[in-house]
Amino acid sequence: MLEAQDLCARRGDATLFAGLSLRVPASRALIVTGANGTGKTTLLRILAGLTLPYAGTLRWRGETVPPLSPKLRNDIVWSGHLAPLKDELSAEENLRSLVTLAGGTCDAEGVRAALDEVALLPQRTLPARVLSQGQRRRIGLARLTLLRRPLWLLDEPATALDAAGLQLLGTMVARHLHEGGSVIAATHQPLDLPAASLDSLTLA
Amino acid sequence: MTAIAHTASVTETPFGVLAALRWAAGRDLRLAMRSRSELGVQLLFYVIVVSLFPLATSPERNLLAAMAPGVLWVAALLASLLSLSRLFATDFADGTLEQIALSPYPLPALVSGKIAAHWLTTGLPMVVLAPLLGMQYGLEGEALAVITLSLLIGSPILSLLGAIGAALTLGVRGGGSLLALLVLPLCVPVLIFGAGGADMVRAGLSASANLSLLVAGLLVALVGAPFAAAAAVRISLD
Repeated sequence: MLEAQDLCARRGDATLFAGLSLRVPASRALIVTGANGTGKTTLLRILAGLTLPYAGTLRWRGETVPPLSPKLRNDIVWSGHLAPLKDELSAEENLRSLVTLAGGTCDAEGVRAALDEVALLPQRTLPARVLSQGQRRRIGLARLTLLRRPLWLLDEPATALDAAGLQLLGTMVARHLHEGGSVIAATHQPLDLPAASLDSLTLA
Repeated sequence: MTAIAHTASVTETPFGVLAALRWAAGRDLRLAMRSRSELGVQLLFYVIVVSLFPLATSPERNLLAAMAPGVLWVAALLASLLSLSRLFATDFADGTLEQIALSPYPLPALVSGKIAAHWLTTGLPMVVLAPLLGMQYGLEGEALAVITLSLLIGSPILSLLGAIGAALTLGVRGGGSLLALLVLPLCVPVLIFGAGGADMVRAGLSASANLSLLVAGLLVALVGAPFAAAAAVRISLD
């Protein structure tokens, strides 16, 4: 589905990577690894359309897409290393707000079901300020399933998740791949996934 | 792939612009209502600054009436600067701004919604308080009406221009003071025509030229500022 050719990224004068090509077909996950500062987040931000690549092209479903193109942007869901939550809003309000912002529709039952899956139903009316880091990440997971976009870009999705949370993340990713979606994740922790659906890319 | 639907088609229509405005303004208003104390601080700052001038200068009636329009306008400008630095900064810090930039809704419309919420929560209360504060300065009748009207037309321009500065200074160290340096000079014409209207009335002339120029400024800012601020947001996120 997504192909990148000869991507080059620079931060200031330093070249993070150059000549990087990758290909992520449907139903497959690409795990990006590499030491701190090798450009994992930058790569994901380029694919998400937040950062302009210094050079290189992106192809989405066989079509070349210019950087920041809505065509690609509307098919991805970007999950950064922060959970984009507002402290003043409750878990449920945060989730609804994020799904609406992304152009998705959310009925009360869908939101409840998604919160139930990430085991946050009892906390749904609590303001996000009192939720733990792991619980905040779980709201992010609920958002992934509600948005139903084909390509997930996950930056350090395992951060702050407990064992049950990691298992949940693995289940969700596996289900997404089974439904024909794809995933690109930058992570230090191995995801709990069948090796057959995984590709890996190491930045140096 | 059939299970995964495309959701973006509606969002690029005029309906999408309205939905984007409603989302951004609605969310920011709700957030503002949940942290009301911050709004109170800004309004109190406005009232205190306006009240300090008679104490520091002279309680002489004519002098106060002559100063009033300028003082009300400068205080409104400073008070709106106080809250402008937070217009995008909190969304930037918690990652929401990335999601806003990636939304299928047009970014200028989302930014406009945020600016509208900013004006409703900071500009409008100052306009409502203006007649009361003007009376403290011995302004009466038409002059009082004109200064209030000029603030009503002019304060949205402050929010609109300020939004460009706020977006440009995102993630910059000492962004707050840099924002003031960027925005204050841009606001000079607004200040001149805004405060000038009431002076005209006190001199027995018509304020319509000043008010018309303010309206023209507002229209230009309404059309241009959301696009400039949206571009600045994208640059700050890169």
